[in-house]
This record gives sequence, C-alpha cells and structure tokens, in this order.
Amino acid sequence: MTRTDVIQLLYIVAFVLFITGLRMLRGPRTAVRGNQIAAVGMAIAVGATLAQPGVGDWVLIVVGVAIGTAIGVPAARSVHMTAMPQMVALFNGVGGGAVALISVVEFRSETDIPLDTLIPILLAAIIGSISFWGSNIAFLKLQELMKRAIRTPRVVNGALLGIAIVLAVIIAAGSESELLFWLILASAGALGVLAVTPIGGADMPVVISTLNAFTGLSAAAAGIALDNTALIVAGMLVGASGSILTKQMAEAMNRSILNVFFAGVGAGGAALPAGEGGGTARATSAADVAIQLSYARLVVIVPGYGMAVAQAQRAVADLAKELEKRGVEVLFAIHPVAGRMPGHMNVLLAEADVPYEKLKEMDDINPEFARTDVALVIGANDVTNPAARSVKDSPIYGMPILDVDKAASVIVLKRSMSSGFAGIDNPLFYDPKTAMLFGDAKASVSDILSEVQAL
Amino acid sequence: MDLLTELAILVLAAFVGFEVISKVPNTLHTPLMSGTNAIHGIVVLGGLMLIGPAEGFLNDLLLTIAIAFGTINVVGGFLVTDRMLGMFKAKKADVPPGSPDAK
Repeated sequence: MTRTDVIQLLYIVAFVLFITGLRMLRGPRTAVRGNQIAAVGMAIAVGATLAQPGVGDWVLIVVGVAIGTAIGVPAARSVHMTAMPQMVALFNGVGGGAVALISVVEFRSETDIPLDTLIPILLAAIIGSISFWGSNIAFLKLQELMKRAIRTPRVVNGALLGIAIVLAVIIAAGSESELLFWLILASAGALGVLAVTPIGGADMPVVISTLNAFTGLSAAAAGIALDNTALIVAGMLVGASGSILTKQMAEAMNRSILNVFFAGVGAGGAALPAGEGGGTARATSAADVAIQLSYARLVVIVPGYGMAVAQAQRAVADLAKELEKRGVEVLFAIHPVAGRMPGHMNVLLAEADVPYEKLKEMDDINPEFARTDVALVIGANDVTNPAARSVKDSPIYGMPILDVDKAASVIVLKRSMSSGFAGIDNPLFYDPKTAMLFGDAKASVSDILSEVQAL
Repeated sequence: MDLLTELAILVLAAFVGFEVISKVPNTLHTPLMSGTNAIHGIVVLGGLMLIGPAEGFLNDLLLTIAIAFGTINVVGGFLVTDRMLGMFKAKKADVPPGSPDAK
C-alpha cells in the first residue's frame, strides 16, 4: 500500500465518523457524543492531509492554524447563547472565505487548467464569495450593527450574478486573466451583500441555513478541483443537510426560498400597515397575571425573539418552576421559526435548564391549546397571528401558526404595541380574552414571578 | 481520479446528507446547523494541500489566511456546538438511571 492509499483509507474513516456523528445529532441524548465523533473525524482528515507528499511550508501552516485557534476558541467559549445566530453566521462566513481564497490560489498557480478542474474552481469561487460576504452581512444585522438597508432592485442582483457567470464563461473559454477572476469574486461578493442586506429578523433562520448550505457546496466544488474526496464528501453532506434544513424553515413560514430572498415580507410587500386592524388592546398588571397563572391548570408559554432580546430565558424558566411547584402544568410551545435561527428558542431554554420534554413542537402543542387555561406569549408576534389562518390578503396568510387564540385566555408580554417583524397587525392583541402586559420581557417576567411568590 | 467518479461520490454524499438530516427534531436544529457548519470547515484541507507547492508572496499570504479562516470554522464550530449540546445533556441528570426514560 502506498502512502496515498493510506491517506485515502484515513479519509474513508473520517467519512464514517462524519456520517455517524451527524446521525447521532438526531437525539438530544446522543448529540454531544455525535459532535465529538465528527470532530475526531475532522482531526483524522487533517492529520491524513498533512501526511500527504508535497505538503510543506510548515511555518505558514502553524501560523495559520495558530491564528485561527487564537480567534476561534475564545469566541466559541465566550459567546452568549442569545448571540448564537451571529456566531454561526460568522463561522460560516470564514468557511466560505477560505474556499474563495483557495480557488484564487489554484487559479493563479497553474496555467492551462483543464476544464474539469477549472469549472469547479470557478463555481467554488462564486459560491464561496457569496457565502463569505452574505454571512458577514448576516452577522452585522444580527449583531444589530447594521439596522436598515435599501432593497436593491431584483435586476441589480440578477445582473451581478449574470456578470459573474459571463466572466466565468470567458475564463472557461481560455482567458487566463487574473483580473477577470478577481472581478468574479467581487461581483459574487456584491451579490452576497446586496441579497442579504434587505432581509430582516424573522427570515434570518432561512438565510443562515441557506448560506450554510452554500459554503458546503462550495467546499465540495473545491474538492473536485483539488481531487480531494474528503472535501467532496464532507462539503456535500453539509450542502445537502443545509438545503433540507432551509426547505423545512421556508415551509414553516409557508414561503419559497426565492420569496425570502427576493420579496421579503419585511421590506417589500407588507400589505396592512400596523394599527389599521383597529380595536383596543386591554392592558393588565403583573399582579393580575400572577393570579391568573397561579390558578390555572395548564399554562403554555410561547417564547419568541423578544425573549432572546431581553435575555429573559432564565426568568421564564424560574417562573415555570415556581408555577409547577404550585401544581400548575407548564409547557412551552416552540414555533419552528421563532427567533433568529432554526431551534433558537430551544437552545435558550435548554441553557436555562428547562427540561427537553417540556418543549413542544408546533404540531404537538396545537391540539393542547383547547384545554389551555392561559397562553403566555413572551415576545412572539407573527407566529401567533391568527390572520395567517383567516385573512387571505395578509402577507403571512397560510403560514402555520401556534393556535394561541384557542386558549381560554391569552397574556401577551410585549415592549409596546408596535407590530412584529412582518409589519402586520395582530388581531390576537384585540381579542377580548387577550390581556397585554407592556414592558421589557425580563422585567415583566421577574415582576410576575415575585407576585406569584407573594401569593 | 476522474471527474465521473468524483461526481458519483458527490451525488451519493448528497443522498446520505438528505437521509441523515431529514429526521432531526426542530429542537436540535441550532446544534445541527452549528455542527454541520463545523464540518464544512474541512476546506482547511485545501489550504494545507496547496500551501507547500504554492509560490510567491501573495499565494502564501492568501493561503495562510485561508488556513486561519478554516481553522476558525472547524475549531470554533465544534466547540460552540459542544457547549450548546452540553446544555441539552444536563437534563439527563433528571432521569434516574434504570428508569424507562433513560435511553
């Protein structure tokens, strides 16, 4: 067996570990081990690659790895769970950036590249660059360093993609101009920036998941260019799983992926301006809420992005525990797109030690609302909006929602009467059985908690 | 390796990816995304392979940055996923060993 054969065998071991690890991510009890197994697979793949003949420039390798470790480890260790979406966006972006840089070097260092290598290089460059710039914009938006931005006309985005493709065709046809290659990266990068810029909050789960799939695909393309099976397999695994996740997210909002990227509800086609729905909302006090909750049999808590913003997850968990002590059954209703990334609410509540079994997915909890005494909505809006069921011309019509309005009474914790991300009025707030408790979610929940304790 | 073999590997890997992921509950979507995110950090291999043969200051610079980026992606990705999943795991303690729930 030659050295190359051994390396290939080690790559195969790495694939087995990746796939096993991913499979184990299916259940909360095996997931930790699954992640560790995948990490071992990665270590084996890296070790095997370093043993390849021709690998050199060890000083630069050590420098690169050291810089990466010095940045990656502290970032991963210190990030708050509420900031997880932007962290994932950033890690995803650097992955895409690495692909784009690798494709540049491949193009620069060889002449007369055959088409079956050149086309994957070009694809890796385009997709990697979109992913890098798009992810960085997603990071800036999630970090709230960048608030609003103009939606560029679809024509511009289309034109940028067109330019990148035309330039790629020119290079594929035989041009060896390095300038053209940089222009491809630039136009793909501009497309990434402009496509993500107008997309706001509630659509972020779809965006992050799409960009994740993009980086995976670009890695697979780079693998074909480099004749490296580890890159092909691992990249494609991520590309495929990311696509599935994206599709699930989009379905949970009853929208197509194209619709998210090109006709976002938030900036474009919001039909009903907030407030037009009419009616009056009833305000309540923490003391009243405490009484209602304490004498309920079943309370369903519906968390949304507002809970994450206010960092209220621990207060919410404490309130749930206090109520349970008093014999109240407490469940959590998690909408698939609540928050800013898939499963965002689950992570926050898990951090606050809410037992896994109490977090109910939409299809499981919706039948329960009929027997629910109090639904406590914390900083969630659009995912509870009954207009999605009934108002045909509402921008969110058809989106599956949590049937909060079926509960005997509803309490909504909200900062103010402003409408949600989608800019649509929520009739739930004007329902006679709904009471609003205005204020910061964390402060409100803490107030309720101390009132409950005082009862 | 010829292109067709590589395409075959690509297509099979795509199907494995679809199969493995389609049954993950919503609850684990964030760790899943963060875990797969770490796996595409595999691009660091590309940097490791190319930096030896690469000539010239610019190529070396670009590849060093690529290796640093890839390392951030891999190391940060796996660590952050581990941290997140550790919180889900903490619940295990509530289940007494030997009870029917302890799978």
